[in-house]
Amino acid sequence: MKQSLRFLVPAVLFAALVGFFVIGLQKDPSEIRSPLIGKSAPAFSLESLGDPALRVGTADLAGQPWLLNVWATWCGGCRQEHEALLEIAREGRVPIMGLDWRDERALALQWIAQLGNPYHSVAFDPEGRTAIDWGVYGAPETFLIGADGKVLHKQIGVMTPEIWRRDFLPLLSATGEGS
Amino acid sequence: MTRAAWFLASFLLASSAHAIDVERLDDPILQQRYEHLTHELRCLVCQNETIADSNATLAADLRRELREMLNAGKSDAEIRAFLTERYGDFVLYLPPVTPRTWLLWAAPALLLLGGMVVAALVILRRARTARANPAALEEEPENL
Amino acid sequence: MIPEIGHFALILALLLAIAQAFFGLAGAARGQAAWMQASRSAVAGQSVFIAIAFGTLAWSFIDKDFSVLYVATNSNSQLPIFYRIAAVWGAHEGSLLLWALVLSGWSLAVTGLSTSLQPAFRSRVIGILGLISIGFLLFMLTTSNPFERLVPAALEGRDLNPLLQDFALTIHPPILYTGYVGFSVAFAFACATLIEGRLDSTWARWTRPWTLAAWLFLSIGIALGSWWAYYELGWGGWWFWDPVENASFMPWLAGTALIHSLAVTEKRGLFKSWTILLAVSAFSLSLLGTFLVRSGVLVSVHAFATDPARGLFILVFLSIVIGGALLLYAWRAPGMKSAAGFELAARESFILFNNAFLVAALALILLGTLYPLFMDALELGKISVGPPYFNMVFMVPMLPLLLLLGIGMHSTWKRGRLQPMRNRLLGVAAVALVIALVAGAANYGEIRPMATIGFVLALWVMGSSLMIPLARLRAGLALPGAVLGMAVAHFGVGLVTLGITGVQSFKVEQDVALAVGDAATIAGYEFRLTAMRDVPGPNFVAVEADVLVSRDGETITTLHPQKRLYNSGGNPMTEAGIEVGAARDLFAALGEDLGQGRWSLRLQYKPLIRYIWLGALLIALGGGLAGLDRRYRRVTAAEPALDAATAEATR
Repeated sequence: MKQSLRFLVPAVLFAALVGFFVIGLQKDPSEIRSPLIGKSAPAFSLESLGDPALRVGTADLAGQPWLLNVWATWCGGCRQEHEALLEIAREGRVPIMGLDWRDERALALQWIAQLGNPYHSVAFDPEGRTAIDWGVYGAPETFLIGADGKVLHKQIGVMTPEIWRRDFLPLLSATGEGS
Repeated sequence: MTRAAWFLASFLLASSAHAIDVERLDDPILQQRYEHLTHELRCLVCQNETIADSNATLAADLRRELREMLNAGKSDAEIRAFLTERYGDFVLYLPPVTPRTWLLWAAPALLLLGGMVVAALVILRRARTARANPAALEEEPENL
Repeated sequence: MIPEIGHFALILALLLAIAQAFFGLAGAARGQAAWMQASRSAVAGQSVFIAIAFGTLAWSFIDKDFSVLYVATNSNSQLPIFYRIAAVWGAHEGSLLLWALVLSGWSLAVTGLSTSLQPAFRSRVIGILGLISIGFLLFMLTTSNPFERLVPAALEGRDLNPLLQDFALTIHPPILYTGYVGFSVAFAFACATLIEGRLDSTWARWTRPWTLAAWLFLSIGIALGSWWAYYELGWGGWWFWDPVENASFMPWLAGTALIHSLAVTEKRGLFKSWTILLAVSAFSLSLLGTFLVRSGVLVSVHAFATDPARGLFILVFLSIVIGGALLLYAWRAPGMKSAAGFELAARESFILFNNAFLVAALALILLGTLYPLFMDALELGKISVGPPYFNMVFMVPMLPLLLLLGIGMHSTWKRGRLQPMRNRLLGVAAVALVIALVAGAANYGEIRPMATIGFVLALWVMGSSLMIPLARLRAGLALPGAVLGMAVAHFGVGLVTLGITGVQSFKVEQDVALAVGDAATIAGYEFRLTAMRDVPGPNFVAVEADVLVSRDGETITTLHPQKRLYNSGGNPMTEAGIEVGAARDLFAALGEDLGQGRWSLRLQYKPLIRYIWLGALLIALGGGLAGLDRRYRRVTAAEPALDAATAEATR
């Protein structure tokens, strides 16, 4: 009897494999979760999009929760989420700092003028170095940084009111809201 | 708009023309390390290419970072750490050797030895059967 | 109207497939000759209707009917007619129809050519093939209908992916599928054997030619894919261990183990349950591959449709088919013991080791391909497993395999009389070592350990393979297909090893920036950019470069790499310029306009790369020669008498 049981091994292994596939079907293999979660937000100080003489950086919003939104004029999804960002800005709970990634200053300023400005300030990252520091690999991406300066959450892709409510607000309440 | 379409499409379309990277490092040893590293790192945008071959802007940016780090004297380990701190282990095509990947790295030896041991045991058993009954091994003409 | 006919034909085909499965299996169980006959007729009917469906889809493409969604997504009014037809299998839905077509082709062949099988067994085989057909037809009709209409019709199609607008890539899927899907025959034979509880090994003889046929097509299909990637993608690589490449390679490894194991089972009645398991595994891996590239669980360049809903369907289908077969195996295999013996150095031993190494390789590739999935599912993070890992790890079982291969070919059944061969084999080994060292040093100016090992093993296998036919011819003996096929196929393996060793160890690649008149030199070859021009095409515009290649002042050729922009938009495509030589390829791919008249170019020197694909073709040829051996064409139900007859004939 014991001898015959080993012939069940292939079937058992296959069942385990199917189990993994069932879980795998619910996941997105191309999504790269951020290793920055729980770590201090990478500090930066860049030129402001509007005025090259001014600097914009992580120090500006220290001590309160804030959002970093990575966007660019060449990014279709950024246009899609712009309305949701304006909505979040109107709510006024959390300031949004924009990171204009690998873009052209004139086009970016035009974009904001045309579509509206949800941003507290916009950092201009034409070479993409700061984006790399934040592990950005596509636009749009939005980070939630806590009052203690640690990265709490990263949204990969278009921001929607639904995602804001579901993923961001609970984290905000947990850490205590900003002023 | 076409650029955005390109960006989004790059997730869906098969890769087309590969990047041709004419930037070179002056020191041939550094250049060799550069080529080796860029062929070991995964592009995060066109996820089926190395950053050596990928056309994506991010890949070009990462190649630039690599060149700067190599010129600054950083070691291969430091360069890999730089990337994994920002993008996780996903960016390494050669998976790291950690407790989580022990099976992956032990598998070659385990499977080879395991297979050979099983084969050897079967052969030994059959050889014993053969010796016990040599008449059954009458010659037959070569045949497949 | 015509697409609707096609759609209706698929529905009819599904009904016939259900009939085929039911009457085939129930007919055999009840011994009802009429039912068994009905299932055979169902095969023919199903084939007709699938062919009609395929024909209507092809017609929609030829006719540029952009009211069919699939046609609108995959073709274009400017697309040349050859590619319009090939576009039928260019994307998910159409390729499923191709799957079904190829499956019906194999089913028809089995039905027609297996009159010598015992009726009940044959009926079960056909019934099982019917079950598989049901799965694919149902999949198409419920989730992936190629005949779905686009309302309102598009004015212009989106175009076939420019990467697929290439001859090799148009024939790659049909040939690959012929192989992939062909393993279903071995699978059906194995399941029928399990259902009947057969303890003898006659099924092995019946299965073997079918398996060889499928395997040889798969070999060609994989080689085509590799060759295409090399000249079309402009990166000069020929294998990336991408999940979809692995998905085709794993069934091939299983199939190779299977054809060897079948030899032992056929000849000695040994390893019966193991061979059955291999037969189930080969097709299971084909199905697994279909799942992997269509479900979105893995990131792959080839991913057809990353749709979890479709993935779920395939997974359920997979579970039923493979799970069912493995449970049958668990039930019947314990009874399939055999009592025969063989000596230590007998051919059986070598084949056993062959199987051990091939299955180890297969398991390694499977583990590496799925490991990121396993880790992600267990929330252990995301990792990547890519070419650096696979290249390293694949060698582990392959090196001992190649070594033993050279010896095992000469070993005889049961006794394994190697003693008479010992000196000649040692001679071949010595010659291989000397040539590898000398040629390596002379040609490439250095001796590298890994390269030397590769060359020695390659020459060892090649030399050892030639010994058998040469010895027979010299002794005036006949050279039956089976023996010649074996020699040719193994020689091909050596050739593939030679090619891989050469190109991986000694290739030179350089990316350069040249203006017209500039030149760059790699591996002693000078590449000079002599001209740039614009070239219009049927559905694209291109920039073409003239690259003059010379060595030591002597002109060799002019290459014409192109950069194409297809009118339908999308990424620019590269057409590389390649100079093929007996010992090396010279490769130039055009990059971008860098401004100031300079262009980027990728230049490569690829020694021995052609032998990889030439070797693969020889492997397939060997399989074909072996499969056409006389004794397979005379298989009758009277087995023992036949054995003696063929023994006489091939003496």
